Amino acid sequence: MGALLEVKNLNVYYGVIHALKDVSFHVNKGEVVALIGANGAGKTTTLHTLSGLLRPQSGSILYQDKEIARMPGHKIVSMGMAQVPEGRRVFADLTVEQNLRLGAFTRKDKNEIDETLSMVYERFPRLKERQKQVSGTLSGGEQQMLAMGRALMSHPDIILMDEPSMGLSPIMVGEIFNIIEKVHADGTTVLLVEQNAKKALKVADRAYVLETGRITMEGKASDLLHDEAIQKAYLGE
Amino acid sequence: MSFLTALVSGLSLGSIYAIIALGYTMVYGIAKMLNFAHGDFIMVGCYIIFTVASTWGSSPVLGVIAAIVLCTLLGVATERVAYRPLRHAASPLAVLITAIGVSYLLENLALLIFGADAKAFTSVIPWNGISLFGGQLHIQGVTIVTIAVSVVVLVALQLFIHRTRSGQAMLAASQDQGAATLMGIDVNRTISLTFAIGSGLAAVAGALLCSAYPSLSPYTGAMPGIKAFVAAVLGGIGSIPGAMIGGLVLGIIEILAKTYISSQLSDAIVFGILIVVLLFKPTGLLGKVVQEKV
Repeated sequence: MGALLEVKNLNVYYGVIHALKDVSFHVNKGEVVALIGANGAGKTTTLHTLSGLLRPQSGSILYQDKEIARMPGHKIVSMGMAQVPEGRRVFADLTVEQNLRLGAFTRKDKNEIDETLSMVYERFPRLKERQKQVSGTLSGGEQQMLAMGRALMSHPDIILMDEPSMGLSPIMVGEIFNIIEKVHADGTTVLLVEQNAKKALKVADRAYVLETGRITMEGKASDLLHDEAIQKAYLGE
Repeated sequence: MSFLTALVSGLSLGSIYAIIALGYTMVYGIAKMLNFAHGDFIMVGCYIIFTVASTWGSSPVLGVIAAIVLCTLLGVATERVAYRPLRHAASPLAVLITAIGVSYLLENLALLIFGADAKAFTSVIPWNGISLFGGQLHIQGVTIVTIAVSVVVLVALQLFIHRTRSGQAMLAASQDQGAATLMGIDVNRTISLTFAIGSGLAAVAGALLCSAYPSLSPYTGAMPGIKAFVAAVLGGIGSIPGAMIGGLVLGIIEILAKTYISSQLSDAIVFGILIVVLLFKPTGLLGKVVQEKV
């Protein structure tokens, strides 16, 4: 058995724009892998393609040794891949609990769902306090927690996180990264897309750098954290 | 007493508008498109009932069931063939214009098959109704059934949406199709289901409409369809209780205008309401303010 997720020579177009150019990377089971890069480098495009929201022109995505590059998005979720999308995208008119239960849409066993729900509430006590609240009225940080909890409700093997720290206060950013570490410690594999490269490299095992649709660097996160070029371009040092 | 009579027939007409408006509003809420052919599904339903009950001489109940089943299938097929391929078209106008095209197609097919002359539709509700206040107020059977059916439809829809998995999928897809997909919801299937329900309801509305106003032509569905659209906008397009309230309000206003102002002007008043709503409360009575994302 190879990597949990193996992306090979992925090419994605938005109309005439060549958004991803021969992108290849892999994520092993149990790892936290970070994908860093500037705005417009293709990070979100990568995650959307993995989740089946975008169709690649060419290339392959092997997940648990199965080709998923042309599979409809809703089927990918039931294979154990969940995503916390950029901008959270919680269902604003629905309550916290309704949102969480939608996260378990692909699961059938009611008892197991209730079990996961109480686990999520344990992990996010703030969400439990607000379970009957309409989620559009939550703060940005709480919505981020909700989006993460919702993704966990599908009981994923791998969770893709798109800019989870975006627009949050420094305290909340710290909290979100703590949660990422805990989710990882529970045995969930994480593919993390972040503009906050420093924080991302600190929690990640390995990382890839994406520049205008191409992977330009890869390596152990701790090595990249001390790489001069990376420090200059992404860490502001 | 004439006011009460007008109010009751307004409620009845409004109930029909409400049932049609529910289809409009659900399709808009979930597929984000205005299905301008929706009114013509009413007409198709009526011709199916007419054919089964009057031409073949079977029972009207069988006709209604056939109409619901066939309109449901027609709705799903129309979405699949005509609308889905355009869902991600560069301009949202593409699907809107296609809907108008489907509307003309259905009307002209009916013209081809059944001819232009109006058919006398036999009511599917043989009940005479009840008399109240010593015969001063007579309520027709079709009126009572229409109001009852609309209440049942509303309650059933609310239960369906809030209590079932498919209903939750609709709620999620109506807010964010991408996020719904990330939950494992099959958005295409959810949209098909919405068209199925909306088109089935159009057949129900057709049976009630033609029983109350028993003249059937290829253009029977067009005007009620447009008025139900006004009702959906009045109530707040996308909102199910809004469609119900909008439909009832519009039906009552139309009949009161006919009774007390002028039967020629009543349609002008109905469409005047659309203009006033669009000017002063474009989101409708129960509609939400849509926030544009930057």
